[in-house]
Amino acid sequence: MTRPRPRSLAAALATGDRRALARAITAVESGDASADPLLRAIFPRTGRIPIVGLTGPLGVGKSSLVNLLVAHLRAQGRSVGVVAVDPSSPFSGGSVLGDRIRLERRADDEGVFFRSMASRGASGGVAASTRDVARLLEAAGFDVVIVETVGSGQVDVAIREVATTRIVVVVPHLGDEVQTLKAGLFEISDIFCINKSDLPGAETAERHLSELASLGPTPDGWRSRIVRTSTVLPLGIPELWAAVEAHEKFLADSPGRRDELRRRLTEEIVSRVRDVLAREVAERLETDPSLRRLVDKVVAREIDPRTAADRLLPLGRG
Amino acid sequence: MTAKRRRSPVRVLIAKPGLDGHDRGAKIVARALRDAGMEVIYAGLRQTPEDIVRAALEEDVDLIGLSILSGAHMALFPKVLQLLKKEKASTIPVFAGGIIPDEDARRLRRLGVREIFGPGASLAEIVAAAQRLARGAA
Repeated sequence: MTRPRPRSLAAALATGDRRALARAITAVESGDASADPLLRAIFPRTGRIPIVGLTGPLGVGKSSLVNLLVAHLRAQGRSVGVVAVDPSSPFSGGSVLGDRIRLERRADDEGVFFRSMASRGASGGVAASTRDVARLLEAAGFDVVIVETVGSGQVDVAIREVATTRIVVVVPHLGDEVQTLKAGLFEISDIFCINKSDLPGAETAERHLSELASLGPTPDGWRSRIVRTSTVLPLGIPELWAAVEAHEKFLADSPGRRDELRRRLTEEIVSRVRDVLAREVAERLETDPSLRRLVDKVVAREIDPRTAADRLLPLGRG
Repeated sequence: MTAKRRRSPVRVLIAKPGLDGHDRGAKIVARALRDAGMEVIYAGLRQTPEDIVRAALEEDVDLIGLSILSGAHMALFPKVLQLLKKEKASTIPVFAGGIIPDEDARRLRRLGVREIFGPGASLAEIVAAAQRLARGAA
């Protein structure tokens, strides 16, 4: 039997060509312009599946939870794409991507695709291209995509823009109830997962989080759920997934859904413009002689950086 | 768009095939490759040849490094090479480290393992070889 070779990468993705998918991810991750037509082609068919984000401090068990969620979804016959992000070194640019070690699945299971990503200089918990990589996985036909962030701190909230349902993973004894009042990470949570709940202190952690949740719904009207899990027993995995489904259903019925989508895509356009402009400006400041002279003037403190920036802005400021 | 882009980091899979719990060497090499600017996918212990090839393809790596101290290298390494061939991915170079007798090392090289490092190999040697192999693969 001969099968015509898919003409385009988009077609190859749709036929479930796993190597085409792996290579497409590499191209998108590298910011390779050859990936742009592919992203353009798949965009209309994306935005339809749950993108589940797992975030939380390092060592709370995100990778182990991903492993059990994957097993749970596979038992239901659903296919899963996973993107797991770990930090890049600010010194060497290198990275050790170690989230795969928790993955236990049959090597011949075509229903799972696991990809590790380095943050490559991005702050906020995911790489600049993570959102597009999730789209590639959706275009390749996976039913659910799970995104695991780098071990996050209180300001690492970039997963908010990537995932449809955000799970913040914590463990007992991470801090007192005042921690739950602080802005940032705890605000973006649709579901709180108290992992390592086999350890003492889980009840106290749950009490603190329920006090937080009882203060009121999130701006879009959702009441955060709290689920206790343990990946060693294991415990709470079906409940965790049920909470994800409840949130996805809430989103589907939510009147604010279009506004939220609009906000997100606007943010994506703005950040794209920012990235492209910043890259071009940085390059021209180094190569264009007249712009080099502009920098010289700032170095000599004849003009200030703000004035120099205004002269570069294309929208007619300054 | 800008014509020139910085080259993306080399991606390398480091795995320990088979039933062997000694991963100190693999971790030290992973760390050294990280410090040389590579993205190291650390697959860890007790990987089957199927797991390793699967990971290499999904992660789209430029290079595979296998560490073994169990003595099962003559069973496991050829299997990895054979699976790579089956997947039409023999262009991904494989290098190895561990306790591998000279005679076995010669045979493994003939089968396609590109570099083999024994006890006493320096990290500088290993990093240099990894960089050379990754460049060749690109």
